[in-house]
Amino acid sequence: MTITRRQALAFGAGAAVVAVTGLPRVGLADTDKVQAAIDAFSGGATPEQAMVSLTAPEIAENGNTVPISVTVDSPMSDDDHVTDLTLLAAGNPSPGVATFHFTPMSGYAEATTRMRLAQTQDVIALARTSTGKVYIDRKTVKVTIGGCGG
Amino acid sequence: MARSKPRVKVPKTASKDEVITIKTLISHKMESGQRKDGDGNVIPRQIINKFTCEFNGKPVFSCDLEPAISANPYFQFSAKVPESGTFKFTWVDDDGSVYSTESDITVE
Repeated sequence: MTITRRQALAFGAGAAVVAVTGLPRVGLADTDKVQAAIDAFSGGATPEQAMVSLTAPEIAENGNTVPISVTVDSPMSDDDHVTDLTLLAAGNPSPGVATFHFTPMSGYAEATTRMRLAQTQDVIALARTSTGKVYIDRKTVKVTIGGCGG
Repeated sequence: MARSKPRVKVPKTASKDEVITIKTLISHKMESGQRKDGDGNVIPRQIINKFTCEFNGKPVFSCDLEPAISANPYFQFSAKVPESGTFKFTWVDDDGSVYSTESDITVE
């Protein structure tokens, strides 16, 4: 939001116009932050593109409440279960969304919540298991703001 | 703001070791700390930063929340029910308030 406002002042233009022109810059600035968040979670391990499945709408009309579901294909036994699962939004001012903590008592490693998306972007799910594996899945969500495109 | 009121949906009964679905919702504005008021001052962040679910004192599911979670945070997750008992749900606010509620379940 900060950048949007600053640009709005600089260009003396309407916030809606700047929200569109300002998008690519915000996206670029966040790449390092997102990578840092992924590295911090995986602890050096390379995340495998498997097991995790992220369900999000292809097009979200309202970026304020976007339903997101994650499921990890895991036996959830005492020896092999998903311990943590984090959600990242690559194009938000700060990438962190939520971190779920599961136990074998959870039964299934699945959760649904609603999140905010500032713009069209990738949503990333990272899961860590008790055996030390890290899995990743990502999905692009197109965000329509107030029905005027985005 | 209005007092945060938690709502949970847990089945009343289950069979032994059945995995049930739990839905929770708490009314909270989840002020992100990114917005500004009319004078350009940043509105301070105030969100629910932690949610936990316990069954008979044992952790089942918990979540650390960031400002990117929507207002009125909603969670749906699953839980295994090994015996009759009580689910306890707790939400922790940035201002230190703790909201909690409980729900009993009977194994048939």
